This record gives sequence, C-alpha cells and structure tokens, in this order.
Amino acid sequence: MSRGFLESTTMAFARAITRAMLSERTARQRGLLQSLDPRVRVVGLFSLVLAVTLCRRIDAVAGLFALAVVLALLSQVGLAILAKRVWWVVLAFTGIIALPAIFITPGDVVTRLGTVFITAQGLRAAGLLVLRVETAVTFTALLVFCTPWSHVLKALRALRLPREAIAMLAMTYRYVFLLVETAAQMFESRRSRTVGVLAPAERRRMAARTAGVLLSKTIETSSEVYLAMQSRGFAGDIQVLCDFRMTMWDYAGLLLFLAVGSFAVWAGR
Amino acid sequence: MPPLFELRDVCFDYEGIAALRGLSVGIAQGERVALLGANGSGKSTLLRILDGLYPAAQGSVRFDGLPLTPERLQNDDFALPFRRRVALVFQNPDVQLFNPTVWDEVAFAPLQLGWPKEKLIAKVNETLELMGIGQLRDRPPYRLSGGEKKRVALASVIVLDPEVLLLDEPTATLDPRSQSQVIDLIQEWKGLSKTVITATHQLEIVEDVADRIIVLEEGRIAADGTTAEILGNHELLLRANLVHAHRHSHAGVVHSHPHVHSHAKHEH
Repeated sequence: MSRGFLESTTMAFARAITRAMLSERTARQRGLLQSLDPRVRVVGLFSLVLAVTLCRRIDAVAGLFALAVVLALLSQVGLAILAKRVWWVVLAFTGIIALPAIFITPGDVVTRLGTVFITAQGLRAAGLLVLRVETAVTFTALLVFCTPWSHVLKALRALRLPREAIAMLAMTYRYVFLLVETAAQMFESRRSRTVGVLAPAERRRMAARTAGVLLSKTIETSSEVYLAMQSRGFAGDIQVLCDFRMTMWDYAGLLLFLAVGSFAVWAGR
Repeated sequence: MPPLFELRDVCFDYEGIAALRGLSVGIAQGERVALLGANGSGKSTLLRILDGLYPAAQGSVRFDGLPLTPERLQNDDFALPFRRRVALVFQNPDVQLFNPTVWDEVAFAPLQLGWPKEKLIAKVNETLELMGIGQLRDRPPYRLSGGEKKRVALASVIVLDPEVLLLDEPTATLDPRSQSQVIDLIQEWKGLSKTVITATHQLEIVEDVADRIIVLEEGRIAADGTTAEILGNHELLLRANLVHAHRHSHAGVVHSHPHVHSHAKHEH
C-alpha cells in the first residue's frame, strides 16, 4: 500500500523531530552565539526578527539576511544545513503564497507571459515577502540551533514568561518525540495489516479514526510524562546546570543586537 | 516504630473504573516487598500512590508518620526531601526518558532538587559508570535499545541514592542478561537497608527481589506473607492468575498442575 499524505507527513515530521534532537549537538559546540548568555541570544535574535518584520525596504532586509548568514558561520552552523532545513522549506511554502503577487500587483511591466503581465512592483513585493520570511526564520532557527532547549526555556522564564507557559513548552518538547514515534508505529502497524490499495474514502475514514486514537494516546502519554517529571522533582521551573551570568561580553552583544536591529528599522523605513 | 508507608482503606478509580478497593497495608523501612498481581490488578496504581503522584480517592496514606497529600506535596519543605528519599522507576522507560542525552537524563532529578554543581557532576558520572552506561552518556535516550533504556531509567533515580525504590516491572521486556543485571542491582540494595517495593507479575524474579509478597487481585489484597509462604500456595497463585494450569501427559495419563519457574529452582 502506498503512503498517503497524512502518513508521509507524519514520517517527515518524525525525521524533522529527530534532526531537532541532533541540533542539541550544534548547540553545545563553541561559536559566537553559543558564547553569549542564552537571555542575550533570545532577546537579541527576537529583536532582529522584529526588525525584519518592520523593514519595508528589500535592501535592508537583504542586509539582515547577510547578517544571519555571518552569524551562522561564526556559530558553526553549516549553510548546507540551513539551506536544507530552513531556506528550501520556507521558499517552497512562502513562494506559493508570494507567487500571485508577481502577476496581480499593478505597476511597470517587466515582461509578459501570454495574457498575464509581470510587474516590477509585483516582483519587489514577492521578493520582499519571501526574503522577510527567510530572514526571520533563519534568525529563529539560529536560536534553536545554538541554544539547548532547556536553556531557551530558562531564558524565557528569566524574561518573565509565565511559569505555566514554560511548563507547557517543556512538556511539548518532552513528549512530542514519543507522540511522533507512536504515530509512526500506528501507521506501520496499519500498513502491515492492509492488503491492496484502499479507496480514497476508506483511507480518509481510517485517517480520521487513527487521528482520534492518536489524540487519546496523546493525552495519556502527556500525563504519563508529566508524572515521570513530577516524580523526579519537577515543580514547574526549569533547572539547568549552568547559571546564567551576564558578563561585559554579553552586555556588548546585547547592545550590538539592539543597535543593529534599530539601525535596520531606521534604514528600511 | 510506625511503618514507613501506612495505607488505610485506600480506594482509587480511573473515571469510575475501580483500581484499588479499600486497601490497607503497612511497609516498614528496609523491607523488600514484591507487589504481585496479574495485569490490571492495581500494582502500578499502588506504586503511584506511594510516590504521591496519585492522591487516594478515599482512605489515607502516610509516609514516615506524615499524611501524604497533594497539599503537602505542594510545599517544598516536604516535597523536596520526599522526592529525594522516594524514587519511582516507571514500567515504560520511554515516558521516563525525555532529555536530549543520557547524561542530561541522569542529571535531571538532582538538578530539580537543587544539588550543587560539583556534587551533581561527580554523582552523575559515578552513577553512569556504576550502571555500565558511561559510553552512552552523549546518546539521545530514545535511540537506545530496550535494555539500555531500562538501565538509564534506573540510573536516573539511583543517582539520588534514594531510601525507597519503587520499581514498576523492572525486568519486563528485558533480555536475560539485562534482567540478571537489574536483579543483581536490587540484591545489592539489600545490604544497604533500602526499602525496595517491586511491582511484578514475573514469579521467577520474586525470590531474588523480595522477602515479603503482597498479592493483589482486582485492587484488593488477596494475600500478604513471606516469599516462601506465598510461592508455596499454588492455589492462590492460580486464582490470582499468576500461574497457569499446565496440562501434559505421562504414558497416556493426562496431568494438570500449576507451572512455576524460579531462578533458584525450576519446578513443576
């Protein structure tokens, strides 16, 4: 039996989750971002994401994208990894959304494809949208690649994110792997007991039933994982081995992030 | 001297389905107890109640003379020493292993309990070596074999050097060598005066891990006695679905009797 959309998506998600786990290794390497206090990384990179969304000029966004590339290189994050996990994926999704803008935005005609026109303004609008998303997601990905998840959570807590929100994020990360594995096993089990090709309607019904069972298992698993965390002393606050301590280097880094972000917003207004 | 755990008329249900029905029992410090019962007899539920994870719907649970209640467990002055003293190893290691690496996993509980950094690092490294999993320290737990996961799960609580170990089916799904390693470990604790409460339905390990057996049947205590007393009562074991009637024939004559395996002896 061939794999359906839902099954392929689940398997792809499982692979993505596995890669996310491996990104913890990158987070523990030595590099520019890794040398900064996690709180500086969180605030600094999110301020750059904010700057990207506020920039209206494509050259300013391109400048921020170049900065993201430089930060990646100085933080031992390979460009091939970024291209594979971030840039191509974003291009595929955002490209579909941005594509119509090339044809429907009125303005100076650059070229003509049959009965439709491509305008310079349309190209600029589509380019700006794609580049903005690419840049924002690259900054966010850099935070994830360069910071162990437990440090991200502790940094968010230090930045006064409510304890309940942190607990939810911690739980999500901890049991998402189990959930994906369970889903993959359910699909494999179903495939092993299915002969021939199912009709699309039957396949949809089966997918709906599987989703229902998966939801029940999700709830059960999440409470099991939470009990296991509680049993070992988890009381809502994330504890990590290293104590966060701001040095001059961290303050300098934070100022630089904020200065670059502010400059980009001013230049791209 | 009061028992370490004292349960009186404890009831618990899962959305109306009774798991424990009026259970009363005391467990003294340093005892090695096996909770023996078929699937669904209430063993895991009882362990969770002893670990303070589930509150009793009715009845009372006391630990070291104090009531074990959700309110008390929300108080750090009680909860931190309790979590330090009592540790539960879950039946399914997958729910217990949720950190990025084996090292982080073993360090999780000491971190939550606020151990000093130097003590924590030394103890985690020592525990990894003790459990023979030092070579796995940087591996993600979800990629380990079943036996390795179980050992990491054990290491993740042993690191605290708890006084009370609650083990939920510690040898289920393990290969013979891993089973033997876990049993050796439990036997080592005997000399350290630890209280070890093992939930299992595997009769073949009971003699090795316990001196007292509590047989559970549909959420009630069906029997409570020494290992020799309980294992010698084949009728009880048969009724509690812990052995099965074994039918075979000798020279054309059909026999039917309980089938028991033991590490110490293999008897029919």
